Amino acid sequence: MMSEEGLETIVQVNGNKAVVGLSGTVNRGAKEKMEAAYVEASAAPGEIVLDFSRVDYINSTGIAVIVGVLAMARADDRQVSAFGLTDHYREVFEITRLADFMNIREDASTAD
Amino acid sequence: MFMRKRSKGSQTNGQSVPTPETPSQTLDPIEIPPGDVLETLLLSAGGPVELSSIEAESDAIDRLRAEGIELVVPLIGQGELLGALYLGQRLSDQPYSTDDRRLLGNLAAQVAPAMKVAQLVREQQAEAKERERIQQELEVAALIQQTLLPKELPSINGWNVDAFYRPARAVGGDFYDFIDLGNSRLGVVIGDVTDKGVPAALVMATCRAMLRAAAFNHESPSAVLADVNNALVPEIPPAMFVTCLYAIIDTDVGGVVFANAGHNLPYVRTADGVIELRATGMPLGLMPDMGYDDKIYELSAGDIMVLTSDGITEAHNPDGEMYGFSRVMGRVAAITKNDDMVNSLVGDLERWTGTEAEQEDDITLVVVRRTASAEGSAAVFHTDGGERLLAEFSLPSVEGNERLAIEKVSAALAGFGLNATRLERLKTAVGETVMNAIEHGNDNDDSLDVGIRVIADTSRVVVRVTDHGGDKEIPEAATPDIEAKLAGEQTPRGWGLFLIGEMVDEVNRVRENGSRVVELVMNREGEA
Repeated sequence: MMSEEGLETIVQVNGNKAVVGLSGTVNRGAKEKMEAAYVEASAAPGEIVLDFSRVDYINSTGIAVIVGVLAMARADDRQVSAFGLTDHYREVFEITRLADFMNIREDASTAD
Repeated sequence: MFMRKRSKGSQTNGQSVPTPETPSQTLDPIEIPPGDVLETLLLSAGGPVELSSIEAESDAIDRLRAEGIELVVPLIGQGELLGALYLGQRLSDQPYSTDDRRLLGNLAAQVAPAMKVAQLVREQQAEAKERERIQQELEVAALIQQTLLPKELPSINGWNVDAFYRPARAVGGDFYDFIDLGNSRLGVVIGDVTDKGVPAALVMATCRAMLRAAAFNHESPSAVLADVNNALVPEIPPAMFVTCLYAIIDTDVGGVVFANAGHNLPYVRTADGVIELRATGMPLGLMPDMGYDDKIYELSAGDIMVLTSDGITEAHNPDGEMYGFSRVMGRVAAITKNDDMVNSLVGDLERWTGTEAEQEDDITLVVVRRTASAEGSAAVFHTDGGERLLAEFSLPSVEGNERLAIEKVSAALAGFGLNATRLERLKTAVGETVMNAIEHGNDNDDSLDVGIRVIADTSRVVVRVTDHGGDKEIPEAATPDIEAKLAGEQTPRGWGLFLIGEMVDEVNRVRENGSRVVELVMNREGEA
C-alpha cells in the first residue's frame, strides 16, 4: 500500500527574501507545515519564494493549502513566487489560476 | 641476528638472539632496510665486518652501535643479503681475532644456503595458502550467485523466455531475475554489481532481495528502482554500485514499462528492424534520492527483447578490440524467426574472443520473445477497434490509496501510447476521482472498496471508478472563485471536481446497481 510520505520544509532567509524548500507531498497533511513555514519565512521583509523542485505530488487538497498560504500573504501584503514545478503542475497552477497570484519561475536562478 | 623476509614491498623481519655478553638478554631485531649503506658494505665485504671500521652513518648502524654490537656477520645467498649475525663484545674482553672472524665467516657461508631454502619454503607455503583462500572465495562467490539466480524460466502462454549466464573465473556481480507479479505481469531484472568475488556476490544478493521486496510494493519500475537505490545507499561498500534495468511486461497485451539505473539498454528486434529502448538513470547505491523515469514500449507478436550485461559488449578479441554494442545489435538483427538468440549471440561472441581466451567478465543474456497474442487476452483484445480491458482492481477506502490507483493505472497504460502530458493529466484526474470515491462515496470506511477498470480501444482510454455511494448526490463541477477564497470569503477547498473536468476530455457520472461510477475519458490524440 502506498504510504503518505508527507511534506518537509526548510526556510532559508536570503537578504530581503525567504526561500521555502518543499520536499515530498503537498496535500491536506501539509497544511500545518506550510503555514508554519510561511510564518518563519515572514521574518524576511520581502518576497517569499516556494521551491517545488523536490515535490513529487500535489493534489486538490494541496492546492487548497497553497491557496490558504496565498491568502495569508495577501493579508500581509506580501509577494509570493514559485519555481521548480514540473510542466504538469505548472499547467495545474495555470488552470487553477494560482499562477495569477504568484510569480511562477523556471528555476532558482530566475527566482533571484 | 636479523633475517630478511623477501616480499614484494620493502618489509623486513628480524629475529633476536642472546648476545654473547649477556646470554639471557634479547635484543629487538635490528633491521637493515634494503638500500641501507650497511647492506652495501656487508655485500661488498663478503665476510664479518667490525662496526668500528665503518665510517658511514645510517639508522641501522647507529642502532647497532647503541646496542654495543662490535661485529656484523652477513648471511649472503646468491648475491642477496638474507640476514646477519650481530655479535657484541667477547666475554674475554679481547677483540675478535682473525681466527674468530674466519670461523664466523665459514659458519655464515654454511648457514646462508639453509636460510635461503627455509625462506623459499616459507614463501611457497604462504603463496599456496593465498591461492587456496582465493579459490575458496571464488567458490563461495559462485555459490552465492548461482544459488540466487532463477532455477527455472517463466512459462507463459504466447511468450518464450530464455536466459544465459556464465561467470568469469573471478566471478563478477551479474544477476538476472524473473518476478511473477500476478495479473499477467512479469517483472524482468538484469543487473551488474561493480567489483568481483564475494563482496560483489553479497551486494548482488542484497540488491536482488531489495528488488523483490520493492517490486511488490510499487506498480512502476521507476518507483522500484528509486526505492532500492535509497535502501542500498547506506548498505553498499564505498566505491561499489549496481547497474540495473527493471521491466514489467503485461503478458496479456505486450505492454512493457521499464526504467534503467545505468545498465546496458535493451534491444528489440521488430518486423521493421532493431530498435534500442532508451532509458537513463544513475546506477543504484551511489547517491540517495535519485529519480528514474518509466518508459514504455509495446511488444508485438514476433518481437524479441534482448537484455545484456557488459561482459558481452566489453569482451575483447585477441587484438584488444571490444565486441561493442553495434555487434550485439547486428547479431540481434541477423536472427531469423526460428534461430536461438542465446546460442547465436554467445556463439558469435566466442568466435570474437577466441576459444583460448579467458573470459574477462560475467556474461548474462535475457531474451524475451512474444510469440503470439496470449489466448487469455483474445477475449478482450480486438484489432478491429473494439475495447480491451487493460486493468481491473479494487482498493480499500484508505486515505492515500489514490496514489496507488495512479501507479496502477499508469502501469496499465504502458504501451497504450498516451503522450507524457496527457498521461500526467489522466493520472491527476484518476487521483482526484479515487480520492472523492474514498472520502465522499465510501465515507472513508476501509471495509468498502473502490473499484477501478481501465478500458481502451484504439482511440481512447476510459478509467471507470466505482464507489458505494449510489444513494448520494453526484455533484457537478463548478469553477472555483479563487478571488473569494484568497479574500477569506470562501473555504480554500473545492478544487477536486474542477480539476477532474479540466484534466480529461470527458467525464461521465452515472449510477449503476447502487454504486456511483465516474468515467474518465481520455483520447489518445488531442491537444498537447
